[in-house]
Amino acid sequence: MKFWISAAGVFLLAVLAAATLKNEYYFFAGYTVLMFVVLATAWNILGGYAGYVNFGTPAFFGLGAYTAAVLFKAFALPLALQIVAAAVLSGALGFAAGLLTLRLRGIFFAIATIALVVIMETLFINWRYAGGATGLQLLRPPPIWPFQSYTTMLFVLMAGLAVMAVAIARYIETSWLGRGLRAIRDSEEAAEASGVPTLKLKVFACTVSGALMGVAGAPMPMYLSFIEPASTFNLNYAIGALASPMIGGTAHYLGPVIGAILLSSLQQLVTVTISNEVNVLVVGVMLVVFVVAAPDGILGLLRRIPWKRS
Amino acid sequence: MEFSFELLFEAVVFGILLGCFYAAVSIGLSVSFGLLDVPHVAHPAILVFGSYCTFVLAGLGLDPIVAGVVLMPPFFLLGMAVYRFYYEAFERRGSDAGVRGIAFFFGVALIIEVGLILGFGVDQRTVEAAYIGKAFSFGDMRIPMRFVVAFGVALVLMTALTLYMSKTFIGRAIKAVAQDEQALRLMGANPMRIKQWAFGIATGVSALAGAMLIIIGPVEPAMDRVYIGRTFAVVVLAGLGSMTGTLAAGLILGISESIVLMHFGASWAPAVAFGLLLVVLGIRPQGLFGR
Amino acid sequence: MEALLKVREVSKHFGGFTALAQVSVEIRAGERFGLIGPNGSGKTTLINCISGALQNDSGSIVFDGEEVSALPAYQRTRRGIARSFQIPRPFTSMSVLENLVVPLEYVRHRGTLHIADTRAEALEILRTVGLHDKAQTQSNRLTQVELRKLELARAMAARPRLLISDESMAGLSGNEVDEVLAILRTLNDSGITIIMIEHIMQAVMRFSQRVVCLDAGRIICEGTPEQIVRNPEVQRAYLGA
Repeated sequence: MKFWISAAGVFLLAVLAAATLKNEYYFFAGYTVLMFVVLATAWNILGGYAGYVNFGTPAFFGLGAYTAAVLFKAFALPLALQIVAAAVLSGALGFAAGLLTLRLRGIFFAIATIALVVIMETLFINWRYAGGATGLQLLRPPPIWPFQSYTTMLFVLMAGLAVMAVAIARYIETSWLGRGLRAIRDSEEAAEASGVPTLKLKVFACTVSGALMGVAGAPMPMYLSFIEPASTFNLNYAIGALASPMIGGTAHYLGPVIGAILLSSLQQLVTVTISNEVNVLVVGVMLVVFVVAAPDGILGLLRRIPWKRS
Repeated sequence: MEFSFELLFEAVVFGILLGCFYAAVSIGLSVSFGLLDVPHVAHPAILVFGSYCTFVLAGLGLDPIVAGVVLMPPFFLLGMAVYRFYYEAFERRGSDAGVRGIAFFFGVALIIEVGLILGFGVDQRTVEAAYIGKAFSFGDMRIPMRFVVAFGVALVLMTALTLYMSKTFIGRAIKAVAQDEQALRLMGANPMRIKQWAFGIATGVSALAGAMLIIIGPVEPAMDRVYIGRTFAVVVLAGLGSMTGTLAAGLILGISESIVLMHFGASWAPAVAFGLLLVVLGIRPQGLFGR
Repeated sequence: MEALLKVREVSKHFGGFTALAQVSVEIRAGERFGLIGPNGSGKTTLINCISGALQNDSGSIVFDGEEVSALPAYQRTRRGIARSFQIPRPFTSMSVLENLVVPLEYVRHRGTLHIADTRAEALEILRTVGLHDKAQTQSNRLTQVELRKLELARAMAARPRLLISDESMAGLSGNEVDEVLAILRTLNDSGITIIMIEHIMQAVMRFSQRVVCLDAGRIICEGTPEQIVRNPEVQRAYLGA
């Protein structure tokens, strides 16, 4: 119950911000942070809970974005349906890729996910209807009432999607599904011997993870009024989705949230003041430091502090 | 586009030269990942780092191949240090090492790539030597000399390493530790030190491989991304831990890429490695000569 | 007593190495069965083929009248084959209790039963192995003998009809060996068929009704404990000749 109250509170906060703040920059920045919350949460379902590292976030994210863009161009589909379609297609990609590669050891799955990004990017570079290498311009429809600004509307939408993603992760984590995934992560052989259908569970996690990443990508074309392959399938999404949970904490659904807020804010700060390269350097160093010294992430460190004194 | 035997023959010749080179850049990974089971996704990044070190030394007047050889001892020590760190931080602690190990090397690769961008910029870098810029002519075919030189060095390197692994005591100890660590421990040898030595050798070899990389063509910091596909494709296709398989796998990749390059253009070439990797993983994950 | 498990001409190769060469054995329901053999003889490989951790290259494995060699391990567990691991593999991120909840949920309840009931059942099982007071302890903090007991408890939580104990007593002291033997004996008394792989000869001989000796992937002797101990082939396999 506590969770739902907090979640509703967060969403209301976003709506309040939308109603009162006038500077559009807050919503641009906020949208990006919330988008990374969804990506990190999605990543953690397979990477954190089951222990299978995915380098291919851009493939699922990009497929979601392009699905939305193409459906908008072809049928002027409303945003809500674009998101649903993105979830279905990216989920299907997760299902297929998972079925093919999750029988293998974790490292092979990881390398195969890199291949996915290359394949997806190549596909869309060569598809002229979707804009090819040069990209596609899109004209935004007017924002839905009561929103005045389309960007603000997308911000509130992403806040809602973030809450939904975290709720899904939380449900999986605390249910028998989560226990099975954790058993797989701790000892896949023992899990299988204990009756856990390891392949089915892994494919399930990969499907849900892929679907949520697609959802994160779907509003992107409308957000930018533009879509093109190089920036859509950018490595930064892979880095953000992976580093956020590993730094925030992989065992709990709040870990990716903390990590995403921290890294996304850092990214916006450093990229604007110094350079994108230094930002990646900082993230890389943080990732290595945390993985070595603080394997349970920020959440793990917080738990070690004796909060209660008596 | 008409089919021409000459074109195909030329593609195959190039493929063989290229393939041997691919085998040489992958053989370090064959040891570190194939034999030692280290999830070394930073292998291509270290390769590119080696290329840049060669670039720096070449700028001081050294021939690139000499520079590569000179770099081998310091890279060997670097490899030993990296393995020691990896062992203490991950392998010792046991559980959960898989995820964290992969994430660790991913972070290292990022740091190296960005470090190179910050140090050298994103532009391509090249080296100069007597054999770069000239070409051999065979009838209508023109084969750049640098390819032949790289091919020669690659063959020597791989032969030396394969002999080392099969003839010397340490080489065989490395193969033994890959198969049965317990038995080795019972015989009084320290598996960790053997693996550390092996990782050092794999890294040292990569220094010379990196030199060949910049001889064959210009390098840029983001090159590690396309080479991750190539090196893992070669190692998986060869069969984990097979030295001789690495050459065969390298040739297969080199020839496939060359044929695709000639007939479909350069934009498709990187996809060949990844495609080959996925096919191997799907059909025969143990590779050609897997143990 | 009819055969619960029929292993027929099972072979397994690793590259050029033959780990199992046409092994055939029958285990009767309710039996206490011992499997011995020197290191590398193929005992764990045979167990892995029966439990599904490995796929046998040829031959058939019939459990309770059903051919199971094509089934993945988790389905064999659900049909009643459970095993403990030679080197304990606890779910290290979970408490001792939670370790048992996993098989309880996945083998019997399939996630439908409310968590409270599963915990009660898990506590019961922990009581029988003597780990009741360690229920909330993180499983990576247990001693060797406690880990072995957890392995057995987890196998028991799958409510098996056939339990395979893979060197559960290796490295334990005399008293601890007796403790584990007592647990296995109690399980057998309640009707569970037990296959025991062990190097501790006195444990195997005390416990088993029938023993089979493997060497280099083949069965070299089968009989009662007394027969096995006297067999010259077995002596040669263990002492080398």
